[in-house]
Amino acid sequence: MRKLLYIVQKEFVQIFRNKAILPLLFIAPIAQLIVLSFAATNEVKDVKLAIVNQDKSSTSIQLIEKIRVADRFILSAMLDAHKQADKMLQDGSADIALVIPPNFEQTLHKDQNPQLQLLVNAINGQQATVGASYLATIIQTFNQQYVSENIPLTQLINLKNAGTIEIENSYWFNSSLNYKYFMIPGIMGELVTLLVMLLTAMNIVREKEVGTIEQINVTPIKKWQFILGKMLPFLIIGLFILTVGITIGKIIFDVPIRGNLAIVFAYCVLNISAVLGLGLFISNISNTQQQAMFTTFFFVIIFILMSGLFTPIESMPQWAQNLTLPNPVAHFVSVMRAVLLKNASFADVSYYFKITVVLAVLFNSLAIWSYRKVS
Amino acid sequence: MFKVFTAFVKKEIFHIVRDTRTLYILFGMPLVLVLIFGFTISNEFKGASLTVYNAANDELSKNLVEKIKSSGHFNLVSNTHSISQLEEEFKAGTVKIGLVIPPNFELDFRKNKSTSIQIITDATEPNYATTLTSYASRMIKQFQLEHSGLQQVPFSISIETRMLYNPKLLGAYNFVPGVVALILMLTCAMMTSLTIAREKELGTMDLLLVSPLPPLLIIIGKVTPYAILSFISAVMVFILGYLVFDVPVIGSIGLLLASTFLYLVVALSLGVFISTKAKSQQVAMVVSMFALMLPTMLLSGFIFPIESMPDVLQFISRIVPAKYFILVEKSVMLKGAGLLSVYKQILVLFLMLFILLIATYKNFKVVYNK
Repeated sequence: MRKLLYIVQKEFVQIFRNKAILPLLFIAPIAQLIVLSFAATNEVKDVKLAIVNQDKSSTSIQLIEKIRVADRFILSAMLDAHKQADKMLQDGSADIALVIPPNFEQTLHKDQNPQLQLLVNAINGQQATVGASYLATIIQTFNQQYVSENIPLTQLINLKNAGTIEIENSYWFNSSLNYKYFMIPGIMGELVTLLVMLLTAMNIVREKEVGTIEQINVTPIKKWQFILGKMLPFLIIGLFILTVGITIGKIIFDVPIRGNLAIVFAYCVLNISAVLGLGLFISNISNTQQQAMFTTFFFVIIFILMSGLFTPIESMPQWAQNLTLPNPVAHFVSVMRAVLLKNASFADVSYYFKITVVLAVLFNSLAIWSYRKVS
Repeated sequence: MFKVFTAFVKKEIFHIVRDTRTLYILFGMPLVLVLIFGFTISNEFKGASLTVYNAANDELSKNLVEKIKSSGHFNLVSNTHSISQLEEEFKAGTVKIGLVIPPNFELDFRKNKSTSIQIITDATEPNYATTLTSYASRMIKQFQLEHSGLQQVPFSISIETRMLYNPKLLGAYNFVPGVVALILMLTCAMMTSLTIAREKELGTMDLLLVSPLPPLLIIIGKVTPYAILSFISAVMVFILGYLVFDVPVIGSIGLLLASTFLYLVVALSLGVFISTKAKSQQVAMVVSMFALMLPTMLLSGFIFPIESMPDVLQFISRIVPAKYFILVEKSVMLKGAGLLSVYKQILVLFLMLFILLIATYKNFKVVYNK
C-alpha cells in the first residue's frame, strides 16, 4: 500500500512540474467548455433570406412583414428577378430565396391555389431543412389567418362541421428548447474522457522515451501497483475536471441538475477506469510520444463523432449503432444527459453501468497484458 | 546545391515512411473519417422510437396509429397505459416521442367535431424533438383531412421547396470539403511543427544547421515531403467522395486543386511558425491542438454553422484559414463557381500566407541565424 502511495506521489510531482501539460489540465477544460458550449450549436438562426417579389401587392407585403418580424431570418435583399436570387445563392450571400410569383394576390383571391417557391442552398442539410421548415410554418400561419379572415360564411360552416383534431405539443425535459442544455452535459462527459485518455496515453511512452521506465522495472514494485499508481492520479484529475465542469455549467449556463449527482460521479469513476486502461494500452504499444498522440487522436475523433454528442445515435444505421457499444464517450454522454436533464434513476442507467464494467475489465486486461510484453 | 537538397528531401521521406504507424494514420485517418461521416451522420431520421398511450383504443385511433407507423419515420416500440409509464420510458431513453390519444377519440371527432392529441417529445435534443414533432403533426393533419370529408382547405397557398446544389440532402456534400480542410491542417501543420520540435528536442536540428545547406532550404526540405503526402491524401478524399458518395466537382478541377495547394501552403507555414516558437514536442502538440485542430473543427463552419454563433466567436472564426478554404471548396465543387465568385476568399488566404511568412522569417532569423 505504501509503495502505491509513493507512485501516486511521484506522478503528481511530475504532473505539476510539467509546464506544458498543466495548462492542458486546468485552463483548457474551462476554456473548451465555454467555447464549445457557444460554438457547438445547431440552432438555426440568422438565416440569410432573399425575397423575389414579383407581385408587389398588399398581400405579399403583409407576408413579407410576417417573415421580417420572425427573428430567425435576416432579410438580405429584396429583388425583382429570379436571376439575381440565383446569383446570391451561388456566391453565398443568401441561404434561402423566396419567390413570390406575379399575380399572387389575384390567384389567392380567386382561390386558385397560388404557389410560392423556396430555393434553398442545401449543402448544409440541417440549416437548409430547418430553415425552410421555419419559413414554411410562417407561410402556413399566414395562410390560416388569411382563410379565417376571407372565407365566405357558407364554407366556414362546412369547415366547422368537418371535425378537427387539435394538436398539443409538449417538449419534455427541455421545454424552452435550449440547445445548450443538450450540449453541455454531453461536452462535460466528452472532455473528461478525452483528457484522461490523452494524458495516460502520453504517460508511459514518455517514461520509455526518456528511459526512466527501466529504473522502475528494476524496483520491487509489482505490476498491478505500477498500473494502479499510474491510474489513480488521473482518476482524481478526471473527477476534478467533472466537478469544475458541472459547477461552470450551473453558474454560467444554468444547466439544470435534476438527477442525483452521486450517480454521475459513480459512473465517472467507472468510465475513467475503462478509459485509463485504453490510454495505458495505447501508451504501452507506442514507441514515441508522436505515435501515441496520433493513435490517440485517431480513437478520439472516432469516439467523439460516433458518441451521439453532435448527431443522434438513433439516426445511424444499425451496424454503426452497434459500433458505439465499445465507445466509452457515447455511454458517458448518454448518462450525463439522462441524469442531469431527465432525472434518471440508477435503474434507468444501469445498462450503461453494466456495459462500462465489461469495457473496464477488457481495456485494463489489455493494458496489463501489453505492459508485460515491453518490460 | 540542388542535389544536396534532393538528398535531404529523400532523407526526410525515409524518416516518414519508416514510421509505418504514423503513415497508416496519415492515410487511414482521412479514409475512416470520410466513411464514418458518410455512413453514420445524416440529418434524415428514420425509425424514431415511438410509444402510444391510446386511451381510446377505438377504430379511428387505431387507424391513426397504423398510418403513423406505416410512414416509416417512426418505429412503434411500445404501448403505454399511463402518463407516468410514459415518463419512465423517456427516462430510460427507450422512446423519443409519445402520442397521447384521449378517451372517446372517435366519438369526439365524429359527434362533437373536436378532439385533441398530445405529442410529447424528449426535448433533451431540441432539433431532433422539433423535427419529430413537425413530422408527426403533419401526419395527423393529413389524417384529419382524409377523415373529415373535406376535399381541400379553401384559399390555400402551396409551397414548392427546391433544395438547390444538394437535392437529396446528402451529408457528404458538407463533410467532404470539411474533412479535406481538417486533414490538411492536421497533417501539414501538426506534423511539421512536431517533427521540427522533435529535431530540436533531440538536438539533431543543430547538426543540420551546421551542414552546408542554408537554414531556409532545410526547413523547405523538411516540409516538402509532408506537402506531397498531404496533397495526395486530400486528392484521395476528393476521389473517395466522388466514388462512394457521389460528391461532384461541378466547377473547374484546376481551380479546386490550386486552391487546395494554396491552403496547404498556408497550413505548412503555420506549422513552421509554431515550431519556431515551441521548444518541445509536448508544447508543439498542445499549441497545435488548441490553435489548429479545435478551431478548424469548430469554427470553420465544418460541423456547426458560423451564423448561429455569438459575435465573439464569429469574429474569431475570421482568422481561421479553414473557413475560407471550405467556402472555396463548396462553391467550386458543388455550385460550379468560377474564380470570380471566390476571389475574395482566395485573396484572404494569400494575405494570411504573406503575414505568416513574414512572421516566420523574423522568428527564424532570431532562432537559427545566431
